[in-house]
Amino acid sequence: MMGTYYTIHFWLFSILAIVAAMAMVTRRNPVAAALWLVNVMFALAALYVMLGAHFLGAAQVLVYAGAIMVVFVFVVMLLNLGENDVKERRSVGAAVAASAIAGALAAELLYVVRAQPFPVDGLRPVDADALAPIANSLFTDNLVAFEVTSLLLLVAVVGAVVLAKRGKVAGEART
Amino acid sequence: MGDMLMTPITDNPTAFAIASAIKVVAFFGVYLVTVALLTLAERKVSAWIQDRHGPNRAGPGGLLQPAADGLKNFMKEELSPGAGNTILFTLAPAIAFCTAMVSWAVIPFAAPLPTPWGVMSVSIAQLPVGFIFTLAISSLGVFGITLAGWSSNNKYSLLGGLRSSAQLISYEIAMGLSIIPVLLLAGNVTMDAIVKQQAMGGWNVLNLSVAFLTFLISAFAETNRLPFDLPEAESELVAGYHTEYSSMKFSMFFIAEFANMLTASGMMATLFLGGWDIPFTSWDNTGDPSVLKTLLTLVSFGLKAGFFLFLYMWIRWTLPRFRYDQLMSLGWRFLLPLSLGYIVLIASVLLVLQALGIQQGVLQTGVLFLINAAVLVAVFVIFDRGRLLSPTTSKMSAAEMLRLRTQDRLGSPLSAAVRPEPEMGD
Repeated sequence: MMGTYYTIHFWLFSILAIVAAMAMVTRRNPVAAALWLVNVMFALAALYVMLGAHFLGAAQVLVYAGAIMVVFVFVVMLLNLGENDVKERRSVGAAVAASAIAGALAAELLYVVRAQPFPVDGLRPVDADALAPIANSLFTDNLVAFEVTSLLLLVAVVGAVVLAKRGKVAGEART
Repeated sequence: MGDMLMTPITDNPTAFAIASAIKVVAFFGVYLVTVALLTLAERKVSAWIQDRHGPNRAGPGGLLQPAADGLKNFMKEELSPGAGNTILFTLAPAIAFCTAMVSWAVIPFAAPLPTPWGVMSVSIAQLPVGFIFTLAISSLGVFGITLAGWSSNNKYSLLGGLRSSAQLISYEIAMGLSIIPVLLLAGNVTMDAIVKQQAMGGWNVLNLSVAFLTFLISAFAETNRLPFDLPEAESELVAGYHTEYSSMKFSMFFIAEFANMLTASGMMATLFLGGWDIPFTSWDNTGDPSVLKTLLTLVSFGLKAGFFLFLYMWIRWTLPRFRYDQLMSLGWRFLLPLSLGYIVLIASVLLVLQALGIQQGVLQTGVLFLINAAVLVAVFVIFDRGRLLSPTTSKMSAAEMLRLRTQDRLGSPLSAAVRPEPEMGD
C-alpha cells in the first residue's frame, strides 16, 4: 500500500515539475515565467521530501522559491517588462541547434541512467534527524569551503553597496 | 481506557492516514472560525479601549457580525482592472491567505492524545524540519503582495506592493535570526523538541528575552499590524497593493492579515511561552498521555495564543504608526545587528555553561535571565539615547540632539559638499 502511495506521488510531482518547466520556457510574460519556475521549485522540494531529505526540501522552498524568485519577480516588476519587450528570436538555425543540444542532453541522461543498475549499492536511507548529517558535513569536513563561500557572498554584498554608493556620490557631484 | 496502546499512531499506516485527514479538517475548521471571530474581537476590543459598545446588532452581543460582514462582501460588485493580469489578480489574495494558513500545520496544540490505535500527536504534521518549514512558508507570503500590486496595473498598487514587500523581506531576516538562539537552546528544530526543552528548562521568554522581543517586533511587522501597518496606511497614503481590489477579494487580504496574526500568535506561544506546557507543574509532560492532559494543555495553549492575539489588538489601538524611514532603520540598524550579536552571545554562554557542567534547569534559566536583563538594560538605557531608534521615539537631552544634528551635517562628505555651512544655532 505504501508503495502505490509513493509511486502515485512520485509521478504527480515529476509530471508537475516537467509541465511547469515547459510552461516556464514557453511563456512570453516574464512574471508568468518566473511563477512557473516557482512551481518547478515546489515540485522538486516535494520530491526531495519524498526521498527523506526534509531539510533539502525546506531549503529549496526557503532559498529558491522564497528568496531568489522573489528577487526575480521584483526586478521584472521594477523594470516593468511586458510581453512586448521580449524580442522574437526565432529562426530555423536556432531551432535546429536547440533540438540537437536537447537531444544530446537526453541521450546522455538516458545513457547514464541505463548504465547504473538500480538500486545503487552503498546508498543508505537518509537519517531521521533532518539536520545533523548536513551540519556535520558542513562544519567539519567542508568547513573551509563553507567559510570561503560565505566570504564570497559577503564580498558580493559589500561590492553591491559600494557600487550603489559610488553612483550616488557621482550623481550628487553633478548637481 | 487501560487497554489503549502506548505506541505512536504512525506505526499503523491506515489509522495514521485517517487520523491525519480528521486533524486537517478539524484544525483548519477551528482556524477559519477563529479567524472569523477575530474580526469581531478586533472591533469589540477597539470599542472597549475607546469606551464604546462595538457591533451589537447581529446576533447575541454581535456574535453573528462576521457572518453578516462575509455576506455583505460576497454581495458587493466585483471589479477587476481591465488592463491588469486577471489570472494573477485573482491568484494573489489566495496566495496571501494560503501562506498565512499553512504554517498552522506544524504547531503542536496539546500534549499527545491517546487513542485506541496508538498515541497521536496534536499537530497536523510533525515535520523533522519544524521551524524551517515555517520560515520557508512565510517567505512565500511576499508573492501574494507583490503580485497583487503588479497585476493591478496601477502605479499606486505597484508602489504599495513594493513598499510592503520591502517591509516583509526586511523583517523576515530579523525574524529568522531571532529564532536561532531558541534552536540553539533546544538543540533541534522540531516544534516538539522546542516545547519539551521549555517544559524542562523554563520558558524561553525568560531564557531568551531579547530574542522574544526581536521576534515579537518582527512578527508585528510581518503581519502588517500597527505600528507597522505601512502597507495599508489608509489615513495618509493611497491604500497600497490592494487599491484595485473590491468585494470578497479585498476582504481576502484582511482575512489573510487575521490569519497571519493567529499563526504568529500560535508560533510565539510555542517558541517563547512553552507551547502547551502548563506552568509550575510537571504533571502534564511526564508519565503516560491521557485525554485530560490533552484537554488541559489545549486550554493552556489557547490562553497563551489568546494573550498574543489580545496584545496585537491592544497595541493597534494604543500606538501610532511608524514613519517609513523609522521602519527601515528599526529593521536594519537595530533588530538585525541586535539579533546577530545575540546569537553570538547566547552561543558563547551556552558553551561556557556546558563547560562548567551546568545542565538544563533553574540555574541555567537564572544565568540566562540575568544575561538577558543586562543586554536589555544595555540596549535601551546605555546604547540607545536616540541613536538606534529614531530621536522622535526616545528622550534625549538638547545637547545630544544638537550634537546629532551637527554630526549629520558634517559627518558625511556628501552633505558637507552640498551644505558647507552648518547652522549651529537651531
